[in-house]
Amino acid sequence: MIRRANAMDLDSTDVAKIAHLAQLQVADTDLDAYAADLSNILHLVEQMNAVDTAGVEPMAHPLHMAQRLRADAVTETDQREAFQSVAPATEDGLYLVPKVIE
Amino acid sequence: MHDLSIAALAAGLREKRFSSRELTAHFFERIERLDPALNSCITIDHDAALVVADAADRRLAAGDGGPLTGIPILHKDILLTKGLRTSCGSRMLDNFVPPFDATVVERLAAAGTVMLGKANMDEFAMGSSNETSYYGPVRNPWETTRVPGGSSGGSAAAVAARLCTAATGTDTGGSIRQPAALCGITGIKPTYGRCSRYGMIAFASSLDQAGVLARSAADAALLLQAMAGFDARDSTSAEAPVPDYAATLEDDIAGLRIGLPKEYFGEGLDTGVETSVRAALAELEKQGATLVDISLPNAPLSVPVYYVVAPAECSSNLARFDGVRYGHRCEAPADLADLYKRSRAEGFGPEVKRRIMIGTYALSAGYYDAYYLKAQQLRQLIAGDFRRAFQDVDVIMGPTTPTTAFALGAKTDDPVAMYLNDIYTIATNLAGLPGLSVPVAAVNGLPVGLQMIGDYFAEGRLLNVAHQLQQATDWHWALPPEFG
Repeated sequence: MIRRANAMDLDSTDVAKIAHLAQLQVADTDLDAYAADLSNILHLVEQMNAVDTAGVEPMAHPLHMAQRLRADAVTETDQREAFQSVAPATEDGLYLVPKVIE
Repeated sequence: MHDLSIAALAAGLREKRFSSRELTAHFFERIERLDPALNSCITIDHDAALVVADAADRRLAAGDGGPLTGIPILHKDILLTKGLRTSCGSRMLDNFVPPFDATVVERLAAAGTVMLGKANMDEFAMGSSNETSYYGPVRNPWETTRVPGGSSGGSAAAVAARLCTAATGTDTGGSIRQPAALCGITGIKPTYGRCSRYGMIAFASSLDQAGVLARSAADAALLLQAMAGFDARDSTSAEAPVPDYAATLEDDIAGLRIGLPKEYFGEGLDTGVETSVRAALAELEKQGATLVDISLPNAPLSVPVYYVVAPAECSSNLARFDGVRYGHRCEAPADLADLYKRSRAEGFGPEVKRRIMIGTYALSAGYYDAYYLKAQQLRQLIAGDFRRAFQDVDVIMGPTTPTTAFALGAKTDDPVAMYLNDIYTIATNLAGLPGLSVPVAAVNGLPVGLQMIGDYFAEGRLLNVAHQLQQATDWHWALPPEFG
């Protein structure tokens, strides 16, 4: 859990943790600015607390629809070459990343 | 040619007064001459467009052209175009050439439109001024020191300056209607699910919807007709049939009940904007419509709710940009974590990072109920306000934006001030309703938008009412002085 110093404000330590969760590198010199901006946005967001929503059904989606299912049949053709043509690094049809296992 | 309606251009093409090649070349000449002052286009596809225009001319010669055959348009650079770089306004996708077309691109191509190129936009559609684009800000053709609005700012500026006949856009919190208002054009965001999201780069999937920016409701109706409809490749595509929008444009609006939410006419609304909006409403009254005062009591909370829902969905959607399968990859990553973190840090701009972090925080352990669940409950209340209102009225109207276009740079240092530009447009997205903005009388030479909100799938009604207003007035044919 991300600890907060007081009700609505994030500090640079919080931002560093959030950035890690979001897989974003943020320079130490930028942490304070992000902390101020994100805190301001959270101040805006916390206006939500003015309304009592006890018992209100959450709305995840604008249309009341069930997930459509399709027939269990092959509909996509192999497009590996086309899709990998835009990849930064591939070899023998595989995506290349830095070594993960020593 | 650039100031003729699409219907008039189609007639000119059919009657061989000019060819699609000539029309296309005419718009390219305007783009080359006028766009350096606006920066509304990211990528121009000159050679491919002329090939498509020639094909359109052959179809027209054979007598089998449709209402959009040979008509030049721009696509917002969030819509995938096979073989043509699709950047989404981001460094992350500066090198991305899609292997397939978005459904709406495919459908507009099938209808015979000629794609001139790709329109500038806020990065990943996150912005209300088109200042977050990696390719630089777009300028408002009415006054080039001012913003065009966003995120479909390039589409709006290009249509307003007559650099194309119409353009596609997308609207997650106001990104079609707000720039349409600030640039003095007509923009429609359809009901959620009306146009396919397949191939439209995802920002907030429960809010995103593609639509049209055009000079008139009649022009917008032609494009929407071609774009709308069920698509099995989008899991939330609506299966409802698409009516013939052109067929109802001329319907009489006598007896129409127009709801005016008191929350949209209160504090923060510029008096000039209000006067222009009320003058347009008076015109509709003259045509037999009745104005009814209503209330949307939870609407003022739509901005706070949106800034939980949209960033939460954005943080999830943008997790796909990892430097592995497509998009920007950092140089010489030390390990996998460094590859992810540095590729994303280099590829995304500050506003996108802010939203990813807000979303990540709102969804993180211990905060889900306080933020995301709370926002979803309020979203239910906001949608309920509209449901109740539509039991009594046919269309809801008010200003599209609280002010006219503001100066470039005026709000870039204050994200929250920027977010409040969408105060009248966001509730529509949260509820999933269709919304349209039409230009009304300008204030100090700057355009003002009247927003019309309809019930679910009532796009035909919105286009009808907007068209009737545009039959009686000519605000929508006003041209920015320097772009005539």
